[in-house]
Amino acid sequence: MKIPTMAELMAKGETADILFWVGCAGSFDERAQRITRDICKILHHVGIKYAILGTEENCTGDPAKRAGNEFLFQMQAMMNIQILDGYEVKKIVTACPHCFNTLKNEYPDLGGHYEVIHHTQLIQQLIDEGKLKAEGGESFKGRRITYHDPCYLGRGNEVYEAPRKALESLDAQLVEMKRCRSNGLCCGAGGAQLFKEPEKGNKDINIERTEEALDTQPEIIAAACPFCMTMLRDGIKIKEKEQEVQVLDIAEITARANGL
Amino acid sequence: MTPSVISQLIFAVVFITAVALAAYNARKIIQNIRLGRSERRTDEPGRRLRTMLLVAFGQKKMFKRPFAALLHLFVYLGFCIINLEMLEIVIDGLFGTHRAFSGLGAFYSFLIGAFEWLALSVLVGCIIFLARRNLARIRRFFGTEMTAWPRTDANLILTAEILLMVAFLTMNAADYKLQLLGAPHYTQAGAFPVSGWLLPLLPDSTSSLMGIERFCWWFHITGVLAFLNYLPYSKHLHILLAFPNTYFSNLHPKGRFTNMDSVTNEVKAMLDPSYTPEAADMPIRFGAKDIQDLTWKNLMEAYTCTECGRCTSVCPANITGKLLSPRKIMMDTRDRMVEVGSAIRKNKEFKDDGKSLLDSYITREEIWACTTCNACVEACPVNINPLEIIVELRRYAVMEESKAPTSLNAMFGNVENNGAPWKYAQADRANWAMDN
Repeated sequence: MKIPTMAELMAKGETADILFWVGCAGSFDERAQRITRDICKILHHVGIKYAILGTEENCTGDPAKRAGNEFLFQMQAMMNIQILDGYEVKKIVTACPHCFNTLKNEYPDLGGHYEVIHHTQLIQQLIDEGKLKAEGGESFKGRRITYHDPCYLGRGNEVYEAPRKALESLDAQLVEMKRCRSNGLCCGAGGAQLFKEPEKGNKDINIERTEEALDTQPEIIAAACPFCMTMLRDGIKIKEKEQEVQVLDIAEITARANGL
Repeated sequence: MTPSVISQLIFAVVFITAVALAAYNARKIIQNIRLGRSERRTDEPGRRLRTMLLVAFGQKKMFKRPFAALLHLFVYLGFCIINLEMLEIVIDGLFGTHRAFSGLGAFYSFLIGAFEWLALSVLVGCIIFLARRNLARIRRFFGTEMTAWPRTDANLILTAEILLMVAFLTMNAADYKLQLLGAPHYTQAGAFPVSGWLLPLLPDSTSSLMGIERFCWWFHITGVLAFLNYLPYSKHLHILLAFPNTYFSNLHPKGRFTNMDSVTNEVKAMLDPSYTPEAADMPIRFGAKDIQDLTWKNLMEAYTCTECGRCTSVCPANITGKLLSPRKIMMDTRDRMVEVGSAIRKNKEFKDDGKSLLDSYITREEIWACTTCNACVEACPVNINPLEIIVELRRYAVMEESKAPTSLNAMFGNVENNGAPWKYAQADRANWAMDN
């Protein structure tokens, strides 16, 4: 699978219909890289003309902004907007709800106007259009899956249904946690927490959330954010449930169901 | 002067004093809110009105917790509708009439009957609330910020409402009995479906009944007027401010944090030396150290908070034992605002008192524990946003003081130098695409 970059397409005089914004986690974190590749496989499979920025991609500035460093955020944003506009990007799909939120909601004030969707929304669209059928791969029929709402996808942007639709199309048994949708509990990584030690308390947030997920007795905990993925996987490890429970991104589940 | 004229005069003095005092207090509140920075929240009036009708008037967000919501609805409906009755009470007080609107006939009976049922529902609601607050160990009523005063405040409000409703119903019962006895001045008017139950408990003598009726009448109206002037010192102010507060709600997606135009100017100038910043009234400070650095909306929200603790009860940091409590953020902001406002009124200007919202009230440990997950914002029944204040305080700590936690400084360095929050080389960013 050859992953095209915007620069390569431009050199050939071509353009992409959609830019796949990989994000820092998707680029560097080994676990998240697997999700990135699965998103590419899905894009290939349905024949969407896409490209990545490759080494021209830069942090959106999300963790800096949440941590109060508006200078750094805006420097990153302006740099990225210059690159995006240079390639005349109109539509972006992101693998990370933090990139999604920042590009969609915070870049317009700085002059960056794009149609931004999260990969779970793209997957839902492809299912609705009949381009993804959940055929030819692993069967998820009847398997217990619980979905963890990422804050910046759910409460932040009110995307609750797209990831659930993707799971429902697999005929899986979707079991909800006590705190779900707009009441969903954070994994503990947002607001730049992923990059620092937590303050003193009596428990780690990801343990609280993992316990709640385990209460639903799932085979799979579905995630849609690389940060949540890290936090929930750590939680599962600490709870010594790695043998029984997998944490998988919606993109991975979709790719597996389609035999990609 | 007849006794009636004397009582009319006393009533007029009490009433005018109470209203004047309330107006004076309202002015102070408005002055305090205006200590904040400007922010435009007047676009899309249609959507704002709809939000206010749904959230404040319709109490949409309350119903995430149906039991509390139902009881609250009883008290709220009772409060709104019994206030219609206040108009008649004031007219009777000023003009010495008795049940001035009784000329409305059957409709009047319907109204009085409805008020009585509502009064009963308020009474029941408040008694259950009082028991629930003090006997059931509901965690959100006992946070660290729920010190003696906030807890007393809550109990005072509930007790006052119970007493007012008891006085209202007893007054009606005595009136009804006097009407049945054919006492002069007590014209037959109204229907008394609830207070009628109290008749056997009341004495039979006309003079005792008149004493009870007058006492309850005065107790009720002076109680209401006293309550009106208690509001500015109490969390109960939400009954008024919930309406403007929801009207001026943030209409953007919750994930969007405000853009700092002051920073945009500097960044543009850095990237393009020929750029001349637009002249605007830029704040003197990045982020917020004290309440004057927050917006008027943040300050209005601090006054609107009724300390219900829904925000804190859903906060992931608080749930896991961290110091952060979104409710405390709002209460601290309000307390500091009142302190600064009073000092300014006293000294005619703000003199540095060596204190500030950050550090004197809200600690660094609290603001850095936030995951910016928006659960508190989602949970607030009147659309208060504690997260905005937390982020403003972080902005001050980072941009004015360079005092971020060490590991976050490392993350900033990585973003700046490598284009990623981790220490990886930018050139390796697409390596994942190679090893397929």
